[in-house]
Amino acid sequence: MNKISYPQLGSYGVPIYYLLTHVLRNEIIKPKEITKKTMELGSKYSPDFVCTPFKYTLGTMIESLDMGADILIQMGGGCRYGYYHELQEQILKDLGYHFQLINLINGGNHISIRKLFKEYPIELKKRGFLKYLYTTKKMVIYMDKIDHYIRSHRCYEKEKGAFNKLREEMLLKMSEAKGPIHLYHIYKTYLKRMKNVPLRETTKRIRVGLIGELYTLMEPKANEEIEELLNSYGFEVKRYTDVTYLLFQKKRKVKQYLKNFFIKYRMGADALDNIHHTKELCEDEYDGIIHIKSSFCTPEIAAMPIIESTAQQYGVPVLFFSMDMNTSETGFLTRIEAFCDMLEMRKQ
Amino acid sequence: MDKVKIGIPRGIYYYYYGNFWKYFFKKCNMELVYSPSTTKEIVEMGSHLAPDEMCLSMKIYLGHIAYLQDKCDYILIPRIDRFDKENQTCTNFLALYDISKHYFKTPILNYNIDSQHDFLDGILNMKELKLSRVQCILAYEYAMKKEKEMKSRRENLQQQILNSSGKKVLIVSHAYNIHDDFIGSSIVKILKENHIQILYSDYFDEKKTNLLSKELSQDLYWKYSRDSIGSIPLCKEVDGIIFLSTFPCGLDSLVHELVIRKMEKPYLNLVIDDMSASTGLETRLESFVDLIEQN
Repeated sequence: MNKISYPQLGSYGVPIYYLLTHVLRNEIIKPKEITKKTMELGSKYSPDFVCTPFKYTLGTMIESLDMGADILIQMGGGCRYGYYHELQEQILKDLGYHFQLINLINGGNHISIRKLFKEYPIELKKRGFLKYLYTTKKMVIYMDKIDHYIRSHRCYEKEKGAFNKLREEMLLKMSEAKGPIHLYHIYKTYLKRMKNVPLRETTKRIRVGLIGELYTLMEPKANEEIEELLNSYGFEVKRYTDVTYLLFQKKRKVKQYLKNFFIKYRMGADALDNIHHTKELCEDEYDGIIHIKSSFCTPEIAAMPIIESTAQQYGVPVLFFSMDMNTSETGFLTRIEAFCDMLEMRKQ
Repeated sequence: MDKVKIGIPRGIYYYYYGNFWKYFFKKCNMELVYSPSTTKEIVEMGSHLAPDEMCLSMKIYLGHIAYLQDKCDYILIPRIDRFDKENQTCTNFLALYDISKHYFKTPILNYNIDSQHDFLDGILNMKELKLSRVQCILAYEYAMKKEKEMKSRRENLQQQILNSSGKKVLIVSHAYNIHDDFIGSSIVKILKENHIQILYSDYFDEKKTNLLSKELSQDLYWKYSRDSIGSIPLCKEVDGIIFLSTFPCGLDSLVHELVIRKMEKPYLNLVIDDMSASTGLETRLESFVDLIEQN
């Protein structure tokens, strides 16, 4: 029987693992968490100026293959992410691995489910397919809602780590959910418990908006855990980009944005969304905006000058980060700290 | 009444459709203003405007627009998304229109090609010029005819080179890199000095090369990359291949890497940035020429 593995992306490994184990007969191999070793492996075999998600996903793929996987799933589209899989397959085959690689979104076109099961040795459990698909969708949505709550409240927690502990417990419970109703109960109880976490009272709230390229935003290892860092300084964080947004809301939102004529055409990947989010954040009177992308991310580079001048019109400071494999942690911390100090001084 | 002046920046799309536009706007009785071929000043103007990580070709293009901004009534900056599912353009080019609108005040012609609008629609939608539909279509047919003549002449020339004896080199690159004065011309010059005949990947019939690219890459969906790598199976007799790209080109970083992994001929991978010293380039090219001549 073939063993399936997939690239690592934040905590979304939980719903993906849940779906695959319940729907398929094949053995599923959980990818390892991203470590220094993953990054080294990835950048060793990657071309020089490819964007960083390529290196991360290549690194996790090598580790999964070493653990015995022989079907890999890659999912990407929108920019050059959609072409990763062909080069990654070639690189890994040149390294001597034997496997098949499936790209679910091919050049922006979704692969059909029938083709998926016809061409690849994947066996489907016929019973309960739709039920588990629905549960997974709900799981992603609940997770994102909880994360959204955590990002804006973790900064005021009295006992350090209370939210993180609850979140981990919830993820563990969610991975054992029996169905949509059970899942809903888990979500409700944990939301209640999170709302009961004792909070410090503050007079001044400092709110920071996080925008940028999707992989770097959603994978905490790729952005040096910037959300927790900002929360630990006592700042509320708002982030638009999550899987719920990308899969279920983006299409509708983009249509709305294009009607405004602020930007006339689609700009590839999330560039258009980020420009409009900048505008929204400025109008909501956020204190600062941090833009993160992996280095050489083409669509975001095009959006950056527009984001900068939009924020300037409203007088909101923006900090740009270009994350790479060898971004030095100290340099990153220094820049963040300086930015935070500046925000605090502006507030007074 | 004065003729309407339309500025055409000598970068990116100029190298694909410049010839077509020349005949089209001439037939429509309009004056064209071109920016000069790329100089050091234009590159500097562009890199001053653009963010650091933008690719050199885009920086040059912005430099050309900056040169033109007060010399014409309209600037022609096409916004080309895709011709069909498998023929998209670079992600960066999707944003060309909005970036230019952001930087410059000169009005930009409404010229948009995407999944709903094909090439002819792009021209018909230039409402600002107040051309009638009939006039547009007539000019389009005329320009297309001229374009075809020019293309077949160019292809015949390529075929002659391919059949001749002597050392030949194929340059695989986007048209806006190899024909640009700043990026490609020094390479062409060095090769010519060493009596090597040059084949350009974009001078072949794009319909043929587009299909042939499947031999090298199954799922490639960028039109200009497909057109250029499709020339490789067509030129089996060449002695060497030069891959030319600019720093940091998003498409070429993946596509060239993939193709190079499948190469059997001698090849040279050149990446040009805005401060490349010509000595390094000369040394690499000369050693490549030596390699070819020994074979």
